[in-house]
Amino acid sequence: MKAKDVLGGLTALMALVFIADAPSLTLLLSFLFPGQAAPLYPLASPLELLGQHLALALGASAIAAALGFLGGSLAHFRGESLKSLMLGAGALAQTIPPVAVLALAVPLLGFGNTSVLFALGLYGILPVMHGTLAGLESVSPDAVDAARGLGMSRMERFRLVELPLALPAVAAGIRTSVLINVGTAAIGAAMGAGGLGRPIMAGLVQFKTSYVVQGALAAAVLALALDWLLSRLERALARG
Amino acid sequence: MALIEYRGISKRYGDAWALKNIDLDIERGTLTALIGPSGSGKTTCLRMLNRLVEPDEGSIRYDGRTLRSFKPEALRRGMGYVIQNVGLFPHLTVLENICTVPRLLGTPKARAARRADELLALVGLDPALYRGRRPRELSGGEAQRVGVARALAADPPLLLMDEPFGAVDPLQRGRLQEAFLRIQREIKKTVLLVTHDLDEAVRLADTIVLMRAGTIVQRASPATLLAEPADDFVRDFVGEDRSLKRLARVSLGSVAATAPAVALGETAPAAAEGCDGPAQYWVLDGAGKPIGRARPGQRGTLSPTPLPLLSAGASLKEALAAMLEDGHSVIGVLDESERLIGEIAIGDIISSSADAVESSSGGRQ
Repeated sequence: MKAKDVLGGLTALMALVFIADAPSLTLLLSFLFPGQAAPLYPLASPLELLGQHLALALGASAIAAALGFLGGSLAHFRGESLKSLMLGAGALAQTIPPVAVLALAVPLLGFGNTSVLFALGLYGILPVMHGTLAGLESVSPDAVDAARGLGMSRMERFRLVELPLALPAVAAGIRTSVLINVGTAAIGAAMGAGGLGRPIMAGLVQFKTSYVVQGALAAAVLALALDWLLSRLERALARG
Repeated sequence: MALIEYRGISKRYGDAWALKNIDLDIERGTLTALIGPSGSGKTTCLRMLNRLVEPDEGSIRYDGRTLRSFKPEALRRGMGYVIQNVGLFPHLTVLENICTVPRLLGTPKARAARRADELLALVGLDPALYRGRRPRELSGGEAQRVGVARALAADPPLLLMDEPFGAVDPLQRGRLQEAFLRIQREIKKTVLLVTHDLDEAVRLADTIVLMRAGTIVQRASPATLLAEPADDFVRDFVGEDRSLKRLARVSLGSVAATAPAVALGETAPAAAEGCDGPAQYWVLDGAGKPIGRARPGQRGTLSPTPLPLLSAGASLKEALAAMLEDGHSVIGVLDESERLIGEIAIGDIISSSADAVESSSGGRQ
């Protein structure tokens, strides 16, 4: 592990602790907004908001990872027609902004945490599916030919050769999905979900910029920390 | 009865015939080389044997049973498979790669690992050094050796090799062929080898099957193919340097003459008056390794320059090439522990070439 990586990771983790701790965060916000009497969002502690946000983003990513992996694997098994359909649909769906997905989810799933969870989960499927398919497709044809020629069944080939070789790409897809979800989950507050979107929404409505900064800063730090963690995981997988 | 019998095999891809009504027998314990220009159907022919390709017409019998009565996976686990780009699994170690088929067959891990070590030693790689390596840490030649070891892991009676030495440089290819000949002499598998390299086929095969546009043009021993080409196509394919190619089949070990030698510091005996003595003596160290040369009547000293030496498994063709390259007229022949076991002079090459023509219908020399 390179010193720079460790340093980056430690910085991200320290920033996370700082942002979850009410007194230190208050200090920072008072410094940034000297004119404001109570710069910290009062209805929930920073740690609580961070916890809600993390649960929402990771929960949605778990759904996305499971469905995306299944979809990608299925498309890989089923051959060309399904593959191009899946990738086409995936590419098309990626052009819809996440906000629109959330807005569309409300009439179908209603307000609240559950509906936001599912909407985020569905949107996050695409990068995972894409990563899974790309990973499985990138397995060298020689290794596949050898696997067949040595007498592996279709499932054995998938389990013993294709899947282990595709794992880093799957992990990359999951990382993308998590990062999208961490960002998009903030909008979830508009649909009645908890998390770091709450101070942002409240700040926008009440013209309290410090609330907005509090939420946005925490979401950014969370995203950086998760990115560091997941890219380490990805590299460990790639090294095998 | 032949181990493998192709009967009336045809295969077409769209409008193009890959194979047209092929009949072919492959005898137990022999090495058959399928050779021909690209698109002649040789790879299709090979891949039908482990059912990676199914014929449109005709049937293949393997060990007396029709191929279709085998489950493809079971069939393949009983046949070693080596391909040009090796296809080692990049995420697995050398050991795990070699253990693939035994593990599929349910062999206990420890036993499979022991067998893998034996095989690594057989293909000339130190198990302690290579067992834990990843494929990306191997050179092309090493990877191909591991590929051969992997194919032999479950001790299959039949080995399918598709251009196994095609992706390595000529020097490596020669060494791999030499190593493979040594292994094959030891294990006596039935081997079906696809190659486009006539030299390779001549050197390795007991039987050469020359193919063209999905048909078999000639099936013969290498000597016969070189001496009696069936038609103009074969003659063209074999080329003008047939006699040179024949040399590729003769190993130095089989034709080397006794090498006159003296110990370091000893004086080489001078030729008796009026007699033809040896023109030069090899100077050997205590272990029998050549370290210099001496003229008759001179004391044996260390050679300041590298000596012209080749291993016993090298071919006469390589010896001739080495002579032309460096201007030597005599080359020392070494055994596996690099001791001098004989020498070969340019005159010997010319006379063995003449012998080879005479015994053209004979087997391997």
